[in-house]
Formats: sequence, structure tokens, C-alpha cells
Amino acid sequence: MSRTDDRLLLLSPDDNVLIARAAIAEGEPILVEGLVLPLTAAVSMGHKLARRPISAGDAIVKYGAVIGTATRDIAQGAHVHTHNVRSNYTATHTLEEARVAYEAASEVGKT
Amino acid sequence: MTELTGYLRADGRKGIRNRVAVAYLVECAHHVAREIAWPNRDEAHVIGFPGCYPNDYAQAMMERLCTHPNVGAVLLVSLGCESFNRFRLESVIRDSGRPVETLVIQREGGTAATIGKGQAWIADRLRELSMAPRVAMDVSELVVGTVCGGSDGTSGISGNPAAGRAFDRLVAAGAACIFEETGELIGCEEIMADRAATPELADALRGAVAKAARYYATLGFGSFAAGNADGGLTTIEEKSLGAYAKSGQSRISGLIKPGDLPPRGGLYLMDVVPDGEVRFGFPNISDNAEIVEMMASGAHLTLFVTGRGSVVGSALAPVIKIAANPEMYARLSADMDVNAGRIILGESSVDQIGQEIYDLVLEVAAGQQTASEAMGHAEFLLTYKSFEPIGPACLPA
Repeated sequence: MSRTDDRLLLLSPDDNVLIARAAIAEGEPILVEGLVLPLTAAVSMGHKLARRPISAGDAIVKYGAVIGTATRDIAQGAHVHTHNVRSNYTATHTLEEARVAYEAASEVGKT
Repeated sequence: MTELTGYLRADGRKGIRNRVAVAYLVECAHHVAREIAWPNRDEAHVIGFPGCYPNDYAQAMMERLCTHPNVGAVLLVSLGCESFNRFRLESVIRDSGRPVETLVIQREGGTAATIGKGQAWIADRLRELSMAPRVAMDVSELVVGTVCGGSDGTSGISGNPAAGRAFDRLVAAGAACIFEETGELIGCEEIMADRAATPELADALRGAVAKAARYYATLGFGSFAAGNADGGLTTIEEKSLGAYAKSGQSRISGLIKPGDLPPRGGLYLMDVVPDGEVRFGFPNISDNAEIVEMMASGAHLTLFVTGRGSVVGSALAPVIKIAANPEMYARLSADMDVNAGRIILGESSVDQIGQEIYDLVLEVAAGQQTASEAMGHAEFLLTYKSFEPIGPACLPA
């Protein structure tokens, strides 16, 4: 068993993701399976990071069970979420596009 | 050890509250019902069905809810021209031994006259109910539901497993516990089927989840809100695995549908997804619709695990709010009853929080107010659905 950061939680030995037990800022060094890596994007509490390199098409495993499929290659220690994973059942709906459009429009209004 | 007492009803069940239900039978009577209840809103709770057209499910649900063990009297508020079978509903309530009155707005002389008459009726009933004796009650007489709402990446590792431990203790003590939302068990069907009391029930559990998967696929969305993704949940199956943890480890005794009463203690899955072709929209449009269905199956109270921070309570049956996320708890602590976020911070074990939830269930059953009750939350939501009766494999002897 390789060493992993106290801020990251492994729920089941078969998992290829780790759970952030606290918010971690972009660029902070994190320890993942014996490797010290800079966190490439900030993560909030409860979000997932890749425990090891994951290839496009691989199953994402959490709680020892499949929670979806990788849609692109995911580097060890990278954020695992809707931008690189899809459901094997129904598509995930987010407000992300609406938020980005709203914030862009708000910026235009300010200038 | 908390001593439980309850209000004994004619069907042998016992209530942990003695509420008056003010039930509107169409949306057009909602305002009048709300005004009738308002001066006594802590004890008189508004429930109802908004639709003008008949629906067997809604009729059955209203009959169950108006004869719920936490209900001591019922005032029905009808506009007068809606299709709801108020005659049958009133008969069912009267046969249950409860005081009941129907006010028809078009007959009473309109809004003001109906409100005045209704408020007077409520005041009289509350005087009577305040003198009702309580009798000894055992944990095994409790029916407890569980729901999660506003879930995030913390729910499945703190609040939900802790609620599951509380469920294990309640089931061991002989209580009936209900978990639900088959649409949020998509991906868990096989591990869940392994816990079924019989192979036939295992097939029924798998079939209920398969039905949910088909139903939601037709609608084009899973039971998954934008906030779930903000909170770190990526897919419906990830949300499902976290939600599934609420069920604990007990053997699954049966599969029921909304309004079916658990025949004895044990753990029951409630199939909330309608039967037949997709009609009437989403199975449960938000969390309170699920709480209402568990109440219709007799739930005295509900364990509600939330990560993002839901603030709702419920009409008729108290809701115990369990915060899964410690950052959310810091912001919304006044709305929460239990801080399961301590598990994430390493300050408490899942077992310790499970014990805390179990103890609180007994205290709330004995009369202690929950946070949402104290703040007057009494949400209620009932919409159109249709179900076939459960099959013989669903409740093995």
C-alpha cells in the first residue's frame, strides 16, 4: 500500500479515485500513492481525484463499484468529474454552461 | 433510555404527534385551507392535492394521510366543483374514528365565511386534542423513513452511512424502516438484491430499479440536480451508491409502494416510480413528494440526510435533518439536527453518529421538536401518478 495524503480518502481498495476530505487549492502539492504531484485544479470537499492514471474508456470505480466511464485520459492526481466522466445510465445535467454565460454577460455589463 | 408514549388510534397504530390536518381537495381551495390553519399553524398542518381531475393514487394517498397515526382530526376544504371524491375520503376518515368535517367553499358563502367556520372548527378540535391521553409505546411500533436531498460528495461517506447504522439499530429493535427512490438506486441493483429475504424478492428489487432506469431514460434526465454535480457527484450511479448507504446492512424484508403499510418490523424498499407508460412527468419532482409517500405508508418521522443543505421539514411527521457536509453545517447549523460532517473531519466515527441519530429518533418520537418543526416548516407535495398493486413476491412471509 503506497502512501497517500491525509486529505484524501480511499473508500475501497479497488477504487481508482480518492475523495477530498477538505477543499484543496490549485498548485498545492498532494501525495497520491507515493507520488508528490501539484494539484492541477482546485477541488472542493467531496470531489474526486485520480488515484492512478486512467485511460479513456476505463471504468471509474468508487465504493468498489462502477460509477461511470472515463471520456478521456485522466492523469494521476487530476480532478475526476463531469468533464472527463460520463454515466453509463443517464446523462448528467449541470448549470455550468448557464453559469459561464451569465458571468460573461455580467462582465460585459460592467465594462 | 427515553420512554416512548403515543396517541392510540382505532386501528391499533400509535401517533407521536396529534395534528389536525387541513386538507384542500383542489388547488382552488388551497388559499382558504392555508388561512384556516394559519392561526394554529404549529398544530394544524395543510396538506392536499392540487389537481382538478380524478387520480386513484392521489385518492389513496389522501386517505392514508388523513388516517395517519400522527393525525387526530381532519378538516376537508373543497371548492365544490373539483373531481376529488370527497364523499369517500370523509367516510374513510369517519370510519377511522377521527373527527372530520367537510367545508365546501361554494356552499359556505365564499372565502371569508369558510375561513371563519374552519378556524372555529379547528379551535374546538385543538381543545379536545390537548386533553388526549398518551399511552406507552415501544420502538417496535415506530415506522421510520429515510431520504436524502441536496446530496453532494460528502453525503455517501458521512450522513448516509450514519443514517444506515441508525436504521440497523431500529430494525434490530423491531421497527419498520423504509428507504426509497428507486431512481437513486440505479447501479446498486445487484448488491441490493443480494440482501433480499427471498430470491423472488431479489427479482422484484432488480425489476423495480430496472423500471426506474427505463422511466428516467425516457424523461431524458436522471434523479440528479445541478447542485449534486457542484458538490462533486459526477453520475447518477455515483449518487445512487451514496444514497444506498442509508439502507444500512439489514436484510431487506419487502418491497412496498406508496400507501402500502409494512406488515411488521424490518427493512422495506419503497418503489416510487409509477407503473406503465411514462405519464404525468417526473416520479417525484422534489424531496417532499418522497417524504409524503413514506408518510402514506405510515412513517412517523423521516431521517433526511443533506450535503448541500436542504432546509425543509414536513407536514404531519417530524423530519430529522442530518448534515453530511461540515462546511455546510457551519453555515446552516440552526436548520440541522445532527452534524455528521464530524465524520469527514475525523472527529466522530460513523457508529457514533449512527448512535446519536438513533437516540434522537427516540427523543423526537417522545415529543422533542426537530429544528425544522421548531421553525414552522410543514412542506407538503402530492402530484399525479399511477401504480399497479405489488405482486405476491414483494412481501414474503
